[in-house]
Amino acid sequence: MEKQLRGRAHKYGKNVDTDVIIPGKYCNIIDTVELGKHALEGIDPEYTSKMKPGDIIVADTNFGCGSSREVAPIAIKGSGTSAVIAKSFARIFYRNSLNIGLPIFESAEAVDGIAPGDEVELEPATGVIRNLTKGTTFQAAAFPPFMQSLIEAGGLQPYVERRLAEMSASTN
Amino acid sequence: MLWGPAANYRFMGQTLTEKILARHAGLERVEPGQIINARVDLVLANELSAAVAIGVMRNIKGASRVFDNEKIALVEDHFVPAKDAQSAKLAKLMKDFAKEQNIKHFFDVGRGGIEHVVLPEEGLVAPGELIVGGDSHTCTYGALGAFATGMGSTDIAAAFVLGEVWLKVPSTIKIVYSGTLSEMVVAKDLMLKTVGMLGIDGATYRAIEYHGSTVDALSITGRITMANMAIEAGAKNGIFHADEKAIAYVTERTDRPFTVEHSDANARYERVLEINVDDLEPQVACPHTPDNVHPISEVTRDEISLDQVFIGSCTNGYIEDLRIVAKILDGKKIASNLRVIVNPGSQKVWMQAAEEGILTKLAAAGCAVNTPGCGACFGGHMGTLGDGERCMSTTNRNYVGRMGSPKAEVYLGSPATCAASALAGKIADPRALDLVGV
Ligand code: SF4
Repeated sequence: MEKQLRGRAHKYGKNVDTDVIIPGKYCNIIDTVELGKHALEGIDPEYTSKMKPGDIIVADTNFGCGSSREVAPIAIKGSGTSAVIAKSFARIFYRNSLNIGLPIFESAEAVDGIAPGDEVELEPATGVIRNLTKGTTFQAAAFPPFMQSLIEAGGLQPYVERRLAEMSASTN
Repeated sequence: MLWGPAANYRFMGQTLTEKILARHAGLERVEPGQIINARVDLVLANELSAAVAIGVMRNIKGASRVFDNEKIALVEDHFVPAKDAQSAKLAKLMKDFAKEQNIKHFFDVGRGGIEHVVLPEEGLVAPGELIVGGDSHTCTYGALGAFATGMGSTDIAAAFVLGEVWLKVPSTIKIVYSGTLSEMVVAKDLMLKTVGMLGIDGATYRAIEYHGSTVDALSITGRITMANMAIEAGAKNGIFHADEKAIAYVTERTDRPFTVEHSDANARYERVLEINVDDLEPQVACPHTPDNVHPISEVTRDEISLDQVFIGSCTNGYIEDLRIVAKILDGKKIASNLRVIVNPGSQKVWMQAAEEGILTKLAAAGCAVNTPGCGACFGGHMGTLGDGERCMSTTNRNYVGRMGSPKAEVYLGSPATCAASALAGKIADPRALDLVGV
């Protein structure tokens, strides 16, 4: 995991759903970079042209609601966006983001304390969010312990490999 | 078990969802918030979620085979018959995988339909089972008393190889429906009303348990419509108790043994919601969220002219739905200002509709009848909306861009409301139709 992430904030409202994050017509694309070119196209067609690698999406409640399409967090990651900060996340999007390694931060205070264009620095390991433009600091909600252990293990894949090994050991 | 909070309500009863999860985790009981490792009875994917999942699986060391080739269902439905070469590539990828892994339940074009229509129909869903799917509307199977939830492709890849998933046990919201539905008011209206009351994140991380005499009286299709849209309130799953009707539906389709359980009388609910439906009107979800729900009398105060009516999807693509639409359109012509697109939910639904003369009636009224599949529901193909177009649809989502252009508008309603609107050329109240015996 990256130690620190840094970029400018792009702000959106509540219920940013998966249909606007990556419209259905692009869901037959599996290439990450190609998907990234259409990130947020449904809500902000300019997003990918105005953002710079490292920039951060800041949004209100229920980010990522709607479908289970894993290409939603993949598209955001593929665009070069370094993280999403939201007041809350929809369930499947939250899980998918952790699985594919898109850093997500849950903090209502940070969302209210960050204006569009603010320079923001994030520490995924600690959940610390710094608004460098305003000189303020926020703390994101901690991940539940089980998810923390998944993240530390490097995502779901190493976890599955370990479980597979355990299973074959117990049947041999 | 991997991790769990201190259980402080050890003496409370369990909800149906908790019982199913506990049994699949090999535990006596589970508590909301607890993380469990649960055995799965079926893992589902469509050609989009499978394509990504297969890629992930190839990268998992030591994972060359799926855990059980009879417990995986692969259904081609989103972009098929392939709308372009890229979609054909994904469909082929899944088909090749099905062959390589000798997957028993693989449904190619012409032999399946929409995944959530196909699985119950084929007897692949039974009460008490635990099903995960690479599609958010996997929650549909709660209609038959199963715990079913949607996940992303990486989780599905893990389930393909492990035959188990990690889950956080949800707390449960109990909804009790009472009263009798009026003429032309159906399960879809009941569920739109519910989503409107809960809000699109009102049940996030929660289970919804449906109760009451109103839903007891519903057909299995009606319950499917309601469980299907649990995700529209953000829920992890939506579940009905399997009654005689549900058990009969399942045993007609499979010999597989299953377990029927019930929530305990002293089960712990996070919230209990009571809805009386005696005065319920047909409901419409207006743009651009499924919880922007209004009674039809309010919506029709404005003239809302339409460019398209869409009948289909895993919410309302069933034979019962097509029967209502055919009855309303029989012998009439749809309004000249719009087109009507019909996607029967599955090959079986299509064939049944053909046998009953429904397809001919619809075509004669001016509807375009498609082959089964998701089609326009998610803006994939076969009825994608253009800039400034407005659609009345039997589907489940109306987010910006859901059915095509971000500058289009989607209204959600029942098959009856959609059919009445097709005749009127604008959003119309099906109760105003002068139809003898409908
Ligand atoms: S019919 Fe629509 S909601 Fe149902 S699985 Fe297909 S795209 Fe998803």
